[in-house]
Amino acid sequence: MNLIQLSIKSAWNRRISLGLTVLSLAVSILLLVGVDMIRKEAKSNFMNTISQTDLIVGARSGPINLLLYSVFRLGNATNNVSWESFQELSNLDQVAWSVPLSLGDSHRGFRVLGTNQDYFKYYKYASNTPLQFDSGVVFKGVFDVVLGADVAQKLDYRLGQKIVVSHGLASTAFSDHDDKPFTIVGILEKTGTPVDRTLHVSLEGISAIHIDWQSGRRSAFEISAEQALKMDLQPREITAFMLGLKKRITTFRVQRQINEYRQEPLMAIIPGATLTSLWQTLNAFEMVLLGISALVVLAGLIGMLTAIMSSLNERRREMAVMRALGAHPYHIIALFTLETLFLMLMSIVLGLILLYSSLWALKPLLLEWMGIHIQIVWLHWHQMMIIGVITLIALLISLIPGLIAHKRSLQDGLMIRI
Amino acid sequence: MSTVIELNQVKFTWPRSDKPVLDIAELVIDKGQHLFIQGESGCGKTSLLNLLSGITEPDSGNLRILDQPLTALSPHQRDRFRADHLGVIFQQFNLLPYLNVIENVTLPFYFSDRRRHKVKDTHDAAINILRELEITSGLFEKDVLDLSVGQQQRVAVARALVGNPELVIADEPTSALDSKNRDTFLRLLFELSTEHDSTLIFVSHDDHLSSFFEHSINLAETNRAYQGEAV
Ligand SMILES: Nc1ncnc2c1ncn2[C@@H]1O[C@H](COP(=O)(O)OP(=O)(O)OP(=O)(O)O)[C@@H](O)[C@H]1O
Ligand SMILES: [Mg+2]
Repeated sequence: MNLIQLSIKSAWNRRISLGLTVLSLAVSILLLVGVDMIRKEAKSNFMNTISQTDLIVGARSGPINLLLYSVFRLGNATNNVSWESFQELSNLDQVAWSVPLSLGDSHRGFRVLGTNQDYFKYYKYASNTPLQFDSGVVFKGVFDVVLGADVAQKLDYRLGQKIVVSHGLASTAFSDHDDKPFTIVGILEKTGTPVDRTLHVSLEGISAIHIDWQSGRRSAFEISAEQALKMDLQPREITAFMLGLKKRITTFRVQRQINEYRQEPLMAIIPGATLTSLWQTLNAFEMVLLGISALVVLAGLIGMLTAIMSSLNERRREMAVMRALGAHPYHIIALFTLETLFLMLMSIVLGLILLYSSLWALKPLLLEWMGIHIQIVWLHWHQMMIIGVITLIALLISLIPGLIAHKRSLQDGLMIRI
Repeated sequence: MSTVIELNQVKFTWPRSDKPVLDIAELVIDKGQHLFIQGESGCGKTSLLNLLSGITEPDSGNLRILDQPLTALSPHQRDRFRADHLGVIFQQFNLLPYLNVIENVTLPFYFSDRRRHKVKDTHDAAINILRELEITSGLFEKDVLDLSVGQQQRVAVARALVGNPELVIADEPTSALDSKNRDTFLRLLFELSTEHDSTLIFVSHDDHLSSFFEHSINLAETNRAYQGEAV
């Protein structure tokens, strides 16, 4: 019989109240580590939305606004960029590639993006992942459309199906471009980015559906799809464009050049930097959540202290017996510390079991509701540290009952007067 | 015969009190004695046993146990000394409720290497002494709370004597027992402490018990601090 076995047996003797303590601590650890994990995953999901693009250029407005409409398809551009400026800036020496973006139309709640085939070549997410086709191919014809994964899944669309695009963002019968349906030629694989919720068509397609529209209303002369194909579909304006540079080091120079561009008030943003500053505005919420979880852990620790303290009286005789047998005061303190250590270890194990099983169960739901794709990974060192710190605090807290028991055992002497 | 305990001008005050509870001019106990210390309630019997066991320290005076001046030892050394040389039996609740009978009896071996090295095998030593105390093997693995009080007190004797400590102190160990159980308890306690060559100090307020012992003292008289406050 050694001290470890002794404290395990003693704890087992009080298993019901200690078991409840373990459960509450496990839940609080689950919450804290879980929130931290989802926060990290959400952030990396968010930061991974776009990569390898050095600059995004649009009409002058706020950088976050530009990022929101060009990448996240949220909100609208205040102004457009002329085709000439796009051409001129794309031909700068430092520029390796450019991809035009034309937004403004929608299909049953999903945004339609007009672009060219280069989009599928240059748009990268995560560290350097290109878009992949689940089925079909890149659009070739004016009335071809490529769907993001969510669009196809939610609306249950298949290759070859014909769909109608609405002008603007609301879908009303009046604003539908129903005379010019698009054929689904490709469906992308899921990326966990806004691409999943986008329909991609060529710039010419966007021009074609607007050709008989003027300032948001249909003009008197209807032009059929066939006629439209014969007309000049070269767009005069786009909403924004993405730039890739030959040398990353020139980013700031090109950015300044675009910001000072004479012909038109334009603005260039570095996506990574703007993503970071956007994330920081969301950070407060995340911190509040983390703070609340930390408080829940604290409550769990106080619960444990309460359970141990309330056992002090019934264990008084136990301590007197041990002292009579020759136990040192540090044996007494060690009993409490060991007990706390077991409780913590069990809480951590149980908490992690709960965490991983709930992550596993919630994974599909999180993806569906919040678009957060969580990878089930082992604890980050930073989360291990959180757990370590909690354990350390618990051990420190356990000194309180330990010292009280020790002090009492000195006062009581050998025999406890009941 | 050599002495086991020598007290000389010992005074003792409990930490949270202002008057001394013990003031003993001299007390000498010889090796192998079975000494009965009688005294009415509150005269300081338990306080004396606390001093003898080294749990507390005298305010002044000399206290030698087994030729070791206890006052020269640190609290930590006194704990070790107690583990090595003393067996203690309380009035009641001697046993740890979450350990079975055997585990309770082998507990002193964890705290004292000296006592462990005196036996070949700790488990066998416990079983042997339990048998001598008329605890049947069917009870060995039992929860101590399933034992009768008489059985519990005999298990406590087994634990006090296992590994042959030189000194056994017992604080009113029979007060919770009926007369039949008490007689058995005392008979076995005497037999075993003689056999193990241990000195026995037995404390009780009940002076009927003194007839069982060859030596007895009255603490109420020996303790000058108590006389001082007696009416
Ligand atoms: N742990 C303690 N802390 C403070 N004072 C104590 C403590 N134990 C005993 N006393 C005090 O010391 C005095 C003597 O008590 P003690 O318990 O030694 O007497 P006793 O002879 O053992 O009595 P009883 O027969 O009732 O057990 C009492 O006045 C008591 O209040
Ligand atoms: Mg007493």
